[in-house]
Amino acid sequence: MIFDVKSIREDFPILYRKVNGKPLVYLDNAATSQTPQQVIDVIVDYYSKYNANIHRGVHTLSQEATDAYENARRTIQSHFNAKHPHEIIFTSGTTHSINMIANGFASLLKKGDEIIVSALEHHSNIVPWQMLCEKTGATLKVIPMNSEGELIISEYDMLLNENTKLVFVNHISNALGTINPIENIITKAHDVGAAVLIDGAQACPHLKPDVQKLNVDFYVCSAHKICGPTGIGMLYGKEEWLQKLPPYQGGGEMIAEVSFDKTTYADLPHKFEAGTPNVCGGIAFGAAIDYMNTIGFETIAQYEGELLEYATTELLYIDGLKIYGTSANKTSVISFNVGNIHPYDLGTLLDKMGIAVRTGHHCAQPIMDFYKIPGTVRASFMFYNTKEEIDLFISALKKSIMMLS
Amino acid sequence: MMTIAELQNEIIDEFSMFEDWEERYQYMIDLGKTLPLIDEIYKTDDHIIKGCQSKVWVHAEMENDKVNFTADSDAIITKGIIAILIRVFSGQHPKDIIDADTDFIDKISLKEHLSPTRANGLVSMIKQLKMYAIAYQTQLN
Repeated sequence: MIFDVKSIREDFPILYRKVNGKPLVYLDNAATSQTPQQVIDVIVDYYSKYNANIHRGVHTLSQEATDAYENARRTIQSHFNAKHPHEIIFTSGTTHSINMIANGFASLLKKGDEIIVSALEHHSNIVPWQMLCEKTGATLKVIPMNSEGELIISEYDMLLNENTKLVFVNHISNALGTINPIENIITKAHDVGAAVLIDGAQACPHLKPDVQKLNVDFYVCSAHKICGPTGIGMLYGKEEWLQKLPPYQGGGEMIAEVSFDKTTYADLPHKFEAGTPNVCGGIAFGAAIDYMNTIGFETIAQYEGELLEYATTELLYIDGLKIYGTSANKTSVISFNVGNIHPYDLGTLLDKMGIAVRTGHHCAQPIMDFYKIPGTVRASFMFYNTKEEIDLFISALKKSIMMLS
Repeated sequence: MMTIAELQNEIIDEFSMFEDWEERYQYMIDLGKTLPLIDEIYKTDDHIIKGCQSKVWVHAEMENDKVNFTADSDAIITKGIIAILIRVFSGQHPKDIIDADTDFIDKISLKEHLSPTRANGLVSMIKQLKMYAIAYQTQLN
């Protein structure tokens, strides 16, 4: 397929709106991606034609909704190359998925056990493990990073031992864009018998993970970062792990039989999907994955690589600008500061010129502490961004710097 | 001494002369640069108002039944906003500070900074200034 960004942009109605009287330049994709018409149509279609509760009704609408929801599960299964559809659990998003695993491990861990996380984690990846450690008496160890924003694998090697029960690392850092060497991390964790959970929230918009090839135990992500709606995400777990973990919540859907003496849990995936799920969200998640695959992840990676290179080169011409996260192996995320200007000031003025970027600590305070900065400005690109938009961003940035100096 | 309402009107007049956001923000940035800074000894964690993105330190003192505020922030636009608030509230009687409304923020097109998602702490800043006033008012009662 020939990649034509102009026609791609036509799929995204929001890209045509104005902000503060200026055409929107949306460069906050690492926070949430925009939604193409193809996915919006699926949402409208669902509520217009077959909105129903699933897995229960014998009526036609319920059958249709169930079919669409389970088809979405299979789309996701095939996208991630999971062995079985029931290894895909629908959740409300990455944070929910991580909490489900943390909760599940609470009954498996004991005092003296160790959990390893990385210095590049999002807060949602730190707090649940701290809570888990408090609950179980396990200890939390951290893989440190170097000044390029890369994990120091030799340090990881030294943290691993027979007490390590779980290793938790993000595939790609949200604050810096570093792609972590997860294949290596997974293999080494398995050598000591530890399970591995990979947070793919930032990776899934840019690449196509193969969970069987990675041999990862758990992989999680959110739909809203990959052109889907908010409030839906997934947890991939190897079947044997999902069987071993206790259910997260009690309620409808997750039970097989209930009496006041004993309840037996439903089979996978329903054991982890208590209550009425986000049916529309699940279906739209599937549609988003279909949309991304129509463009193709190789095409996406190549084009976003060009955007990253162009933006990096142009930004570095600006006097006093420093980029944080300079690994050769990174995705289209640029975190930076200019001199002593506070990122909040830059973000505020950029917004006045229609440019949406993220400012702050990106829910990754330990990384900011490492660099001894209050935060950064973060511009993150998707396949629907253009070099022209980068030009607008750079000139707005120069103007902001001038106003603030 | 002008009243809080008079000061607010004066600021509204000043802002009405600006033709676009650029002039408005340039003015706030300049105000930020002139903000009377807080004494370094008060720039401690217990004087911090925690906004999500920029830090704000506020210190208050009462002299002759009037509350004087000094403040600082690590972000310059935030400092500009504080400068405006200090101009309105500093040197006023605690009761007047407590009773003052803050509608003028809307009228100088800074309403966007009132949104909690902005997380620059403007809401918490106003609340903090009023809290100081309440504390001093109880001393007077």
